Amino acid sequence: MNFGQSIIEALETMNGNKLRSGLTILGIVIGVGAVIAMLAVGQGAQDTITGAISGIGTNLVFVTSGNDILNVRNPKPLTLGDAQAIADPYSAPDVLAVAPIIQGRNDVTAGGQTMSVSVTGTTPEYFILQNYALIEGEFLTQDNLQGNASAAVIGPGVADKLFGRRNGVVGETIRISGQPFRIVGLLESKGGGTFGSQDNQVIIPFTTAQTRLIHRSVLNEVDQLYVQAANAKAVPAATDEIKQILRQRHRTPVGVDDFTVFSQADFLSIATTVTGVFTIFLGGIAGISLLVGGIGIMNIMLVSVTERTREIGLRKALGARKRDILVQFLIESSMLSLIGGIIGILLGWFLGFIVGRIAAATGNPFNPAISVDAILLATLFSAAVGLFFGIYPANRAASLEPVEALRYE
Amino acid sequence: MTSDCVICAEDLMKVYQMGQVEVNALAGVSINIERGEVVAIMGPSGSGKSTLMNILGCLDLPSSGKYILDGEAVETLNDDQLANIRNRKVGFIFQSFNLLSRTTALGNVELPLRYAGKISNRKERARAALDSVGLGDRISHRPTELSGGQQQRVAIARALVNNPAIIMADEPTGNLDSKVGKEILELLLGLNRDKGTTLIIVTHDPTIAAQTQRIIHLRDGLIEEKQ
Repeated sequence: MNFGQSIIEALETMNGNKLRSGLTILGIVIGVGAVIAMLAVGQGAQDTITGAISGIGTNLVFVTSGNDILNVRNPKPLTLGDAQAIADPYSAPDVLAVAPIIQGRNDVTAGGQTMSVSVTGTTPEYFILQNYALIEGEFLTQDNLQGNASAAVIGPGVADKLFGRRNGVVGETIRISGQPFRIVGLLESKGGGTFGSQDNQVIIPFTTAQTRLIHRSVLNEVDQLYVQAANAKAVPAATDEIKQILRQRHRTPVGVDDFTVFSQADFLSIATTVTGVFTIFLGGIAGISLLVGGIGIMNIMLVSVTERTREIGLRKALGARKRDILVQFLIESSMLSLIGGIIGILLGWFLGFIVGRIAAATGNPFNPAISVDAILLATLFSAAVGLFFGIYPANRAASLEPVEALRYE
Repeated sequence: MTSDCVICAEDLMKVYQMGQVEVNALAGVSINIERGEVVAIMGPSGSGKSTLMNILGCLDLPSSGKYILDGEAVETLNDDQLANIRNRKVGFIFQSFNLLSRTTALGNVELPLRYAGKISNRKERARAALDSVGLGDRISHRPTELSGGQQQRVAIARALVNNPAIIMADEPTGNLDSKVGKEILELLLGLNRDKGTTLIIVTHDPTIAAQTQRIIHLRDGLIEEKQ
């Protein structure tokens, strides 16, 4: 029997029962739409998170005090001395640069505007490590550092809020917790980061921060060390060297480090795992609705087979083979799910778009990404659902005895 | 058995299992029908008429006995081969027409051709068949838009579109009034005259049976033949 003709016939049959076919298709539309939208949201979240992490650079290593896995008593804080030891090219040949970080949150004021921003005290190396670019002015210098200078490099978000412009702010004065600082540089926008937007920050010399703004209990204590390895491949070697140096300096027994060394790759793999699980979880829940839609198809097809028993008997009397009847009903159920699948893709795309819009409106821009994979997956899955849930009814139709079927009232 | 017999059936038995009881619907029927014959099968209800027709039409297989239809030994065939025989050698006409209600007259007549495999001039052949039953101007009407007589004409066109060796009509005029019934019977007999199609009519109506060449009376699954 001609395949194209069968499809036309299936469409005619569906057209004959518009409401019923429509509701059955709706089940699949919702299922496929949900799967597409959820996968898109998951993928979008993953892209945003991994994008932010990739933004920090592939050869960066972070060192913090304390141990996340083992319980260590009285961990020694990291100090400037540790930073200098790691920067020593003889004991750590794979380390290119080290930047100590000390961070706090302070009110910044200028021209009557106030905002609370993250203030970072660090060394000039920090700018190289972070790959910052400037709109105007210059980065902090070694002179700023040694002279406890009241100099600040500000992010574009701060400039927007305090001055309402992104040019000519160098030379202006801002007050950080009431103390005046002169702006020496304005950073280019980098977008959102792992720990909030990098655009809303102020960077000042480490020495100035330590003595005047961000007080720590131990002399020369730092919150974090940013370490740049010679290249991405040298990260494991650099990590080992850092651990060696710090174990020696902190005099910790083997295996109970009182510090944690973390690379961007570690962040990335954790984030990918988390968002992957998240995506599978969302997709799985959406998949359940697709399954329910499939059961709807099976239900309707069974009703249809019962209703059309006489027709099946007649077709068999006219020479239809078992296979012809089977194909006819399978085409019908597949058409139901395929049409549902196509509309569902559009719905899913639309839902993803709406989610993206809502995210943008609430200030967390992220793009739900509808991948070709997701579309293929949903289409194939919906067609498979139609086939799978169509097999039983179709088989039932095909195995009817012609005599019995013709006699059926 | 002459070589010209289109239906050669020998000692056909059909046993149905109805729960615990075995019912002998056919208790050994031998029947020879020659090419071009017009035969009526009569008998009270429960006499095995329908069972015999189902078996002769290859809708059902006998429990035992031999049956050769147009040179093919039917009892050895599988389901698909039976479907093929029904498609090529048998045309069915039913009391209740059995047309597909959503399909046009042309589509209904085309149906057997579609199950026959690749046929290029399907539409033309279906149209010609409708022409030959006098419905050439009704090809795109649906069954609900046709009268009973016209619907049965569509069914006849459908039965003869594949040029079958025999046409089996089960009470073809049962749902029609006597005037239209007469026209339908005339049409069937005309097919026999013009094309030499073998015709088997199952009927209750003695006036219809009287117009055939031979009447086979069935009673309790056995033949009481009268010439």
